[in-house]
Amino acid sequence: MHAIATHIWLIPLLPLLAAGVVALLPKRASTAAIGLATGSMGLALVLSLAAFLATLGGHADGAAHATHIGNFDWFRLGTGSVRLGFLLDPLGAVMLVMVSFVGLLIFIFSIGYMAHDPNRTRFFCFLALFASAMLGVVVANSLLLLFACWEVMGVASYLLIGFWYHKPSAAVAAKKAFLVTRIGDIGLFLGMLWMYHATGTLLFFDDGRGCLEADALTQLGGTAVRGGLTAATGIALLLLVGAIGKSGQVPLHVWLPDAMEGPTPVSALIHAATMVAAGVFLVARVFPLMTGGVDTPVGEGTSVALQAVAGVGALTAVFAACLAVAQQDIKRILAYSTVSQLGYMFLGLGTGGVAVGMFHLITHAFFKALLFLGAGSVIHGCHEQQDIRWMGGLRRLMPVTYATYAVGMMALAGVPLFFSGFWSKDEILHAAWSWAPSRWPFVLGVVGAFLTAFYMTRQMAEVFFGQYRGGVRPHVGHGIPEATHGGTAGGVHESPGVMTVPLVLLAGSTLVLGWLGTPAWPWFEAYLNGHSAHLDFGRLAAAWPMMLVSVVVVALGIGTGWWVYGRRSRVGATAPDPLESQFPRIFRGLQARLYVDELYDATVVRLHHVVSMVCGWMDELVLGGLVTLVGLGSRLAAFSARSLDELLVNLGFDAGCASTRWGGRGFSWLQNGSAQRYLGGLGLGLATLAILVLWGWRHG
Amino acid sequence: MTGHWITLLTFLPLVGALTVAWGGPRSGAARRRVALLVHALVAMSAMGLAVAFDTSATGMQFVERLSWVPGLGVEYHVGVDGLGMVSVLIAALIPLLAAVVSDRVAAGREGVYYPLLLLLQFGLLGTFTALNFFHWFLFWELGLVPAYLLVRLFGGKGAGPASFQFFVYTMVGSVALLLAFLALRAAGGSFDFLELAGADRGGALGRALAQRLPWGGPDAGNVLGWLVFGGVLLGFAVKVPLWPFHTWLPDTYTAAPSPVTMVLTGAMSKMGVYGLLRIAWPIFPEHFAAAQGVLVPLALATVILPTFTAFVQRDLKRVLAYSSINHLGYCLLAVFVVGTPGSEAGTAAALNGVVLQMLNHALTAATLFGFVEVLERRTGGVRDLEAFGGLRRAAPVFCGLMGISVFASVGLPGLNGFVSEFLIFRGIFAAAPWAAAVASLGLLTTAVFLLKVMQRLFHGELSVAWVGFPDLTMRERVWTGAAVAGMLVLGVYPDLVLQWTNPLVLRLAGGN
Repeated sequence: MHAIATHIWLIPLLPLLAAGVVALLPKRASTAAIGLATGSMGLALVLSLAAFLATLGGHADGAAHATHIGNFDWFRLGTGSVRLGFLLDPLGAVMLVMVSFVGLLIFIFSIGYMAHDPNRTRFFCFLALFASAMLGVVVANSLLLLFACWEVMGVASYLLIGFWYHKPSAAVAAKKAFLVTRIGDIGLFLGMLWMYHATGTLLFFDDGRGCLEADALTQLGGTAVRGGLTAATGIALLLLVGAIGKSGQVPLHVWLPDAMEGPTPVSALIHAATMVAAGVFLVARVFPLMTGGVDTPVGEGTSVALQAVAGVGALTAVFAACLAVAQQDIKRILAYSTVSQLGYMFLGLGTGGVAVGMFHLITHAFFKALLFLGAGSVIHGCHEQQDIRWMGGLRRLMPVTYATYAVGMMALAGVPLFFSGFWSKDEILHAAWSWAPSRWPFVLGVVGAFLTAFYMTRQMAEVFFGQYRGGVRPHVGHGIPEATHGGTAGGVHESPGVMTVPLVLLAGSTLVLGWLGTPAWPWFEAYLNGHSAHLDFGRLAAAWPMMLVSVVVVALGIGTGWWVYGRRSRVGATAPDPLESQFPRIFRGLQARLYVDELYDATVVRLHHVVSMVCGWMDELVLGGLVTLVGLGSRLAAFSARSLDELLVNLGFDAGCASTRWGGRGFSWLQNGSAQRYLGGLGLGLATLAILVLWGWRHG
Repeated sequence: MTGHWITLLTFLPLVGALTVAWGGPRSGAARRRVALLVHALVAMSAMGLAVAFDTSATGMQFVERLSWVPGLGVEYHVGVDGLGMVSVLIAALIPLLAAVVSDRVAAGREGVYYPLLLLLQFGLLGTFTALNFFHWFLFWELGLVPAYLLVRLFGGKGAGPASFQFFVYTMVGSVALLLAFLALRAAGGSFDFLELAGADRGGALGRALAQRLPWGGPDAGNVLGWLVFGGVLLGFAVKVPLWPFHTWLPDTYTAAPSPVTMVLTGAMSKMGVYGLLRIAWPIFPEHFAAAQGVLVPLALATVILPTFTAFVQRDLKRVLAYSSINHLGYCLLAVFVVGTPGSEAGTAAALNGVVLQMLNHALTAATLFGFVEVLERRTGGVRDLEAFGGLRRAAPVFCGLMGISVFASVGLPGLNGFVSEFLIFRGIFAAAPWAAAVASLGLLTTAVFLLKVMQRLFHGELSVAWVGFPDLTMRERVWTGAAVAGMLVLGVYPDLVLQWTNPLVLRLAGGN
């Protein structure tokens, strides 16, 4: 076993330590903070690469599963203990490399992007905390540890979305993101409880006793609960709810576009490349459970849970792509595109298995980070302008950004051969085509592919082609500027090297990665499954019809997009969108996100407010009123007691000094303040009752 | 182990109270110093006790047992086990924390305030160590009087009616407790908690009552048994509190000065949970099991309804008060649910979770109310959430540390609240999955109102009124920093506490 496999916990720990130290640094120590955070990320990348190599070595040994685990006791509980653990397997290793590589590039990009922000010390603290949590999710060998990192990641995302906390919209978006994903987290939490209760362990792998290993899966698959479902299906569906929340799938997708309120590197890192992919990763991690606890060969998964995964994914892929068509904000278009692509990953997992979904996750992480950082560069160059109607013609003004953005766009759209997105999306469509339960996911996937090519062409045409339209209003209000500028005031400028170099590196990766998962040489799938890959062009022959379909769809999408937007470029920023003039109602409906947010506001949010008001009212009036009533009752009783006293006292003595004095004393005693009077009454009552009970016992 | 360690620890605050009130120091500052010294001594002694605590033993430790009134079964019997140890630590540390931030509230009346606070601690320590009903009840009541006076004399608007409601409400519970114990004494012949454990098993209590108290028909024993159980339960349920007996709490917590609220929520509310675990749960296993149909829904209401009510409150203290009801509601739910035969592992998780939650809630809630005091110092008592905004700009350290405390309250993994809530839910799920599912709604709605608090206080533009809002002073940084560090330690290394509670829980879950 490699040394790295036993020290895999170092990878999340390093950024965590960096975050802890940076948190204690004063604001002015921004250089130290940047150095620490970026340095820890660099080290994490080195270790991740070592871990990746170690899993490659596992194949050479001929081991079927190159999985290394290290478990330990967290705390004692009952007769046993609660255990946590770390693991290194191909699935985790490939995620580690992706997260730390993309993460490092985004850290570096942020050095330039946040150079003038007064709070950048804190920014890098949050970034490091986030990276640590994400890496923790990847190496966790325990659902509990995974959940813990998952939640910390949610908080880091909350902090980063709301980084410009003085913007009310950012504060609201941060809260919304946290709460909507928490709805999913409750599902994950309940699934975890069920798993713990049913199997007695939360470790994934534990030498045969883990909850993802054969014994536990057979037991879960054989335990029937209501409605003909097995415990395995129930748990899998609950975990899926968590994945839906984190990955912004329908119906919990509403938080992700709003999360674009954060600084652009955050959007790139968290809301495109890594965190949102955590949901997909979770499904991949617990895939043996998703197949229903029965060991079905990959590709034939038709369990209820996998059908749900595929259904949610297909629906989301098309739904979000529709919304992306009508957005004007460059980051929101990308945000909906992310939601849509995550849908494809779910579709891939549901219909084709781990390798299909994960391949798209990896390729997407690179090209979406590229697109977001490119968007950041555009926004930076256009003086914080995010509305694509006010851009245009940037091709000549920002050549590096343009070239790299074009690579990302073609990958996302699925342009054949040289772009990674083509290969990964093609695999998904292929898997959806041969999926037994239904053809609908395939149809939706094809429609989504068309829309993706269309809206990305629209974006390219609006941003980079035609004439620059932003000169009239250089500073359109988007709240507080993301950073202040020096130099080319008024004009658009290319971004500095610290920002363009990450773009070039990401573009390079986008061009290379696709070749790892072609039908002729499916290295990625073989690697995840622990086999070695063989080059076989014969498999291309079987795959080419599907590739042809996908090429035609993409060509149609790009062609339509160009026909609508590229042929005649937009005249002025205020001119209506060509689609809007043709189909005003549909366009505006899509622009308004099909009113899903409004629907939630009118139902769930409204319900919460009403119930809260009723609860508050109940506490104040009904229960509080009851208590007051009881209080009044006891006062009444006290009053009658006093009257009785007076009467007795007056009867017992003549109307003389003595009577007056005694009566007065009684009076003052009773009016001495409510608590004392009550105490006196209580004491008397207690004594009486005590005597009664004791008397009863003695004579019983 | 021999020695009078517990007695010394318990009576130390009494001596301190007398000294501060009538002893040496005359000036307010000197009285404060002496009081702080005594609180610190108590805290250190309690920690010494914790270090000396034998984690391998399951029974009572540091036991002292003296005959007092043999004819009535009254003994002076004290000792601690894991539950007692955790409770003693709460009673020792929370008043210290409160005393540290009491300078503003006590100003000018140190000779009254600090003795009362010390007396309250005396009552708490006695309650958490007594093993005989007789002096346990004395301490139980003793804690109530200084608490009442602290709220009444030092409280803000509405302190009079609130303290009265607080006193009467908890007094009603006390009366019920007293009567119930007299009946238990009559039936079982003992006042001793350890001897009374299991008195209810197999209907023994009902038979004994019927035999001893032949007042009614053949079923009288059973009726009386239910009355006795109801009395004990009411006594504790009011204190925690259980919905719908909670209305005194928001009023009292809000009217009380914030340092006193720290003790009320941090330590006094634990008297109820402690009583349930130490007294009610072992004595009445059968009644608990039979009453589940009523108790579990009430506990669920306690968990969920306050999270909604908190959302519409504008006073920060009321929000936190309702949050407290919710967090201790999880304890109630766990105690009520695991009465049924579930899996033994589930019961162990739930009971460990309850004790851990007592400590976690004590730390987190007391710290949050401490932050309220920090806020009030700077705003002259303004706590209206609508009146704030953007404090992060003016006071980043304050907002950072308070933010961590709020997330501890939300139940973020890595901080203390998560572990205990996870254990409680794990236990509940084993016995009643539906109850866990319903209660999990509370996890969501808690986050809703706590995040709203953070948004209102910290985010948005800094309002003009608070431009000069000073950040934490060095002293405030020390105590809040220590509290937050405690949350982190308990969140990452819960074994620190579970090593004390787990042996006890194994004994309880095993039923001996």
